[in-house]
Amino acid sequence: MKIGVLAMQGAFREHIASLAALGVEGVEIRRERQLEGIDGLIIPGGESTTIGKLMVDFNLLEPIRELAAAGMPLFGTCAGMVLLARDIIGSDQPRLGLMHVSVQRNAFGRQVDSFEVDLEIPVLGEEPFHAVFIRAPYLERVEPPAESLATFMGKTVMARQGNLLATAFHPELTNDLRVHRYFLEMIK
Amino acid sequence: MATEKGTWTVKKGLAEMLKGGVIMDVTTPEQAKIAEEAGACAVMALERVPADIRAAGGVARMADPTVILRIMDAVTIPVMAKARIGHFVEAQILEALGVDYIDESEVLTPADEEFHINKHEFKVPFVCGARNLGEALRRIGEGAAMIRTKGEPGTGNVVEAVRHMRRVMSEIRRLQNLPDEELMTFAKEIQAPYELVKQVKELGRLPVVNFAAGGIATPADAALMMQLGADGIFVGSGIFKSSDPMKRARAIVAATTHFREPEVLAEVSKDLGEAMPGLDIATIRQEERMQERGW
Repeated sequence: MKIGVLAMQGAFREHIASLAALGVEGVEIRRERQLEGIDGLIIPGGESTTIGKLMVDFNLLEPIRELAAAGMPLFGTCAGMVLLARDIIGSDQPRLGLMHVSVQRNAFGRQVDSFEVDLEIPVLGEEPFHAVFIRAPYLERVEPPAESLATFMGKTVMARQGNLLATAFHPELTNDLRVHRYFLEMIK
Repeated sequence: MATEKGTWTVKKGLAEMLKGGVIMDVTTPEQAKIAEEAGACAVMALERVPADIRAAGGVARMADPTVILRIMDAVTIPVMAKARIGHFVEAQILEALGVDYIDESEVLTPADEEFHINKHEFKVPFVCGARNLGEALRRIGEGAAMIRTKGEPGTGNVVEAVRHMRRVMSEIRRLQNLPDEELMTFAKEIQAPYELVKQVKELGRLPVVNFAAGGIATPADAALMMQLGADGIFVGSGIFKSSDPMKRARAIVAATTHFREPEVLAEVSKDLGEAMPGLDIATIRQEERMQERGW
């Protein structure tokens, strides 16, 4: 199994390390031709406006939409969640726009409000997941076929829609590999 | 559910999210919007860019909070601002304004010629400049969650940033080859905390993100610094002192992502207009070199 990690900008190194810890090869994706032969794609945290513009300039939006339509699993963290959303509140920035959700950027405030919390995520089991939120978004609305997998302060911070997975927090910044493992199981 | 704010993980984490990106100096909300539109991953809110600070002379201080707040209102990307070295009250003010990162910067006139800010005391993260591994680890020891080269700001001349990046990288390589019993003496020689020296040996890199800054003016400069091992790029005067800021900013963003692809670099380097006028470092008197500030 080979997982692509979109490497336009952001925390791609950490995702590749998390994959390596699970014995899975992660490859950096910057150009369309590099999408060939991957079994899944992670869109990391970073600045969603930066990543989106580079995806437009280097023609990655449409090829990735096609792979997703063909059933390839995608996993977006933070900026990746923003890029997966169909509706970004108050913004017309470029996006993949695949999940039937409405996302609020920087929803918890600026960096001084960034936080860590133990989060209940039923699909990962009973033990809470230590989640790191950095200028994080949340989902204001989640419509079928998208479903909420975890909430914090009444807002969805993890969601799935078939082969698409999104978290507002950064599982790649902790040693708990359960979210990555959950994503890899979507591929098998 | 109990939340924890201002932890080392979230401070260092924001810098991780900026990796592979370009942070641009801006002095107005209009410039900030151009930077965001061009794909900057953050902006540095200033009253004057380093080239103008250098030209103006006198004492350079933290920007007027009004300037910073207007820039924070104009964009959705993170906004950084500079405090003078050692001026912890300027830092307190910047934290109260809600800026996302503070640069304790040699571009401003130092407020303390002996001590830097105790950055552990703050919830907001700090970035600091360094010319070598010892300086980088002293700043991290004081709580910096991100490091950048100093270069020589406001010159449009990349030579000093190259010198500082090569120096840090070669010291890390040397450290990796040392047996453990030599680490304490190495720490003493480079005047760095022993625990951090040990950590660098294990990681093979700094324990925080390391950007390039100081004199970067072209897409080729940005890609050069990335190939030398930088995690991302600060561009100060290089964008808004050039003839076509939007085009140059976009080109530097693309070059920072595709730094290993010469054909992309060739494409984005075309027709950029005039770069900022450059300065030969040898023409700047030793006491006027900003990189000499910091201890």
